[in-house]
Amino acid sequence: MDLYEYQGRDLFERHGLPVLAGGVATTPEEARAIAERLGGRVVVKAQVKVGGRGKAGGVKLAEGPDEAVARATDILGMDIKGHTVHKVMITVTADVAEEYYFSYLLDRANRTFLCIASVAGGMDIEQVAAETPDRVVKAPIDANVGVDEAKAREIVSAAGFPAEVAEQVVEVAVGLWQAFVAEDATLVEVNPLAKNGDGRMLLLDAKITLDENAAFRHPDHEALVDQASVDPLEQAAKEKDLNYVKLDGEVGIIGNGAGLVMSTLDVVAYAGERHGNVKPANFLDIGGGASAAVMANGLEIVLSDPSVKSVFVNVFGGITACDAVANGIVQALALLEQRGEQVTKPLVVRLDGNNAEAGRAILDDANNPLIQRVDTMDGAAERAAELAAAGV
Amino acid sequence: MAIWLTKDSKVIVQGMTGSEGSKHTRRMLAAGTNVVGGVNPRKAGQKVDFDGTELPVFASVADAMAETGADVTVIFVPPQFTKAAVVEAIDAAIPLAVVITEGVPVHDTAAFWAYNLAQGERTRIIGPNCPGIASPGASNAGIIPADITGSGRIGLVSKSGTLTYQMMYELRDIGFSTCVGIGGDPIIGTTHIDALKAFEADPETDAIVMIGEIGGDAEERAAEFIKANVTKPVVGYIAGFTAPPGKTMGHAGAIISGSAGTAEAKQAALEAVGVKVGKTPTETARLMREIMSGS
Repeated sequence: MDLYEYQGRDLFERHGLPVLAGGVATTPEEARAIAERLGGRVVVKAQVKVGGRGKAGGVKLAEGPDEAVARATDILGMDIKGHTVHKVMITVTADVAEEYYFSYLLDRANRTFLCIASVAGGMDIEQVAAETPDRVVKAPIDANVGVDEAKAREIVSAAGFPAEVAEQVVEVAVGLWQAFVAEDATLVEVNPLAKNGDGRMLLLDAKITLDENAAFRHPDHEALVDQASVDPLEQAAKEKDLNYVKLDGEVGIIGNGAGLVMSTLDVVAYAGERHGNVKPANFLDIGGGASAAVMANGLEIVLSDPSVKSVFVNVFGGITACDAVANGIVQALALLEQRGEQVTKPLVVRLDGNNAEAGRAILDDANNPLIQRVDTMDGAAERAAELAAAGV
Repeated sequence: MAIWLTKDSKVIVQGMTGSEGSKHTRRMLAAGTNVVGGVNPRKAGQKVDFDGTELPVFASVADAMAETGADVTVIFVPPQFTKAAVVEAIDAAIPLAVVITEGVPVHDTAAFWAYNLAQGERTRIIGPNCPGIASPGASNAGIIPADITGSGRIGLVSKSGTLTYQMMYELRDIGFSTCVGIGGDPIIGTTHIDALKAFEADPETDAIVMIGEIGGDAEERAAEFIKANVTKPVVGYIAGFTAPPGKTMGHAGAIISGSAGTAEAKQAALEAVGVKVGKTPTETARLMREIMSGS
């Protein structure tokens, strides 16, 4: 889960890291209250999870509460690269003398964590690394040792931080590592890490990603989910413990196993190239045990997407037997009718693997005109795309 | 001979008395796996009956190894306890630990992996969040269905569970030496490269199928490895060509961020080193079939 900048600022503040005083507002009046509390000149910043908001006009200075209201009015509702601004962060201003870069992240290739630090902050670190690689330090961090003062000094010295800020950067490096671990983050990026005019360090921006697998030990992280930006179908699926991602297309997809479902999306997209360019409408992994109830929940979510014109159910019976899956599909359709849902869209079903023959026989015996059985993955994708194109 | 898991492997199960653990212990036994016991400190000394096979429960991995000579552990404990279970297996220096558990925090995986390195990497870890490893006809450690295919001379390494099964099914008439599901998490104990290296050295493997998916650069690094080290034919498949950037597709590791990790980049890297890449699982199986019938 990626956090908004204001959530990152709050998180840093909770962990005792130096940030600018500030608050978040969803209305111009809330912006006024915060500006009044902070006093003096403030910055109003659009809260969107995309870069380049400064250039898009999403970051403005305001001299006092009245101007803060005006700037918040301008920015709230603004569209930045397809993201609508629903919140603005108001902070006091910083008198920035120097800008540095500091981050911790997951290094998949080396199966460990990495610290990236540079005295060339404020801009795109990938650009700095490409143009002046000697100005960027990348230090692997042992997950069981972490970043203590000695390790932090090593990084600070390797990155060439000026002597007058070195001790403060060491302190930030240690504190930031503690926050990274305590919150189960996979990324904390501070760009810029600034030296203020009075020589103090400030974490001026926050890009934070939290590990959703660690949610069981962070009940407080649930509150960080931005409900307004969650797709309603994705939200409904989550409440039913379904792994669903909404996409833009016409062929609803249900399958078992993340890899097989991803592969199904590809096969349907290829087939769509021959049938009116229809595309997969979603990713939905119903997991290993495809019971009738789970299948019904899955079908309900997929069918409630108005852009879906046909559905492709692609199941490989591994541990789950295909006869159970077939019964699940037949019962799911009955269950949906009981719930008062009018199912009118065709279902193309491909069953393979464990007890496939029995499963196919169950589908045939059900004699439901909505169910079409095709026994190969490629063939079924072709049929589902064809039906979607005909129904568009 | 297969890789890492043979008919002589003695398997224990951490979490054998839990619902998933007991279900799959029963399945592993039915597949002919030599399961010799389980680990649960609270139930040590008890015996559990699996359709007539009585398996002892030990207090620790070390105890189980000392009593039974076990050299493989399959871990089914919930995510909260997975790190401790793997560390225990590493401390006992068991040669192979297969971590099935899904949803392990990546900080925990990073920690047990770093610990394994610090102990001299005496334990090969497969997973977490993986279906395990199967050498058809010999042994099965994990949740891969045992009856899809018989033994043969293809080696299979895959990030995805059900795609592994699909590929085994497509090529069931030819058969496999060993199928390894390495898992789709951002940090995993055994990589494509580890499996490629082992298959290259295995006299009972003639050709290799490698299944990857979007996210990270493991497939690109595997391509470099193949170029320098693999003489056996390799066929590849990558899932996720149509996945949009920024959306996680089920596996925690399957996410395209920035320009890295796309299926196109992976396919290009593999093709550049002579690996034939199928557009669909079925086409990939056909490419392998051509290789096996030609040799």
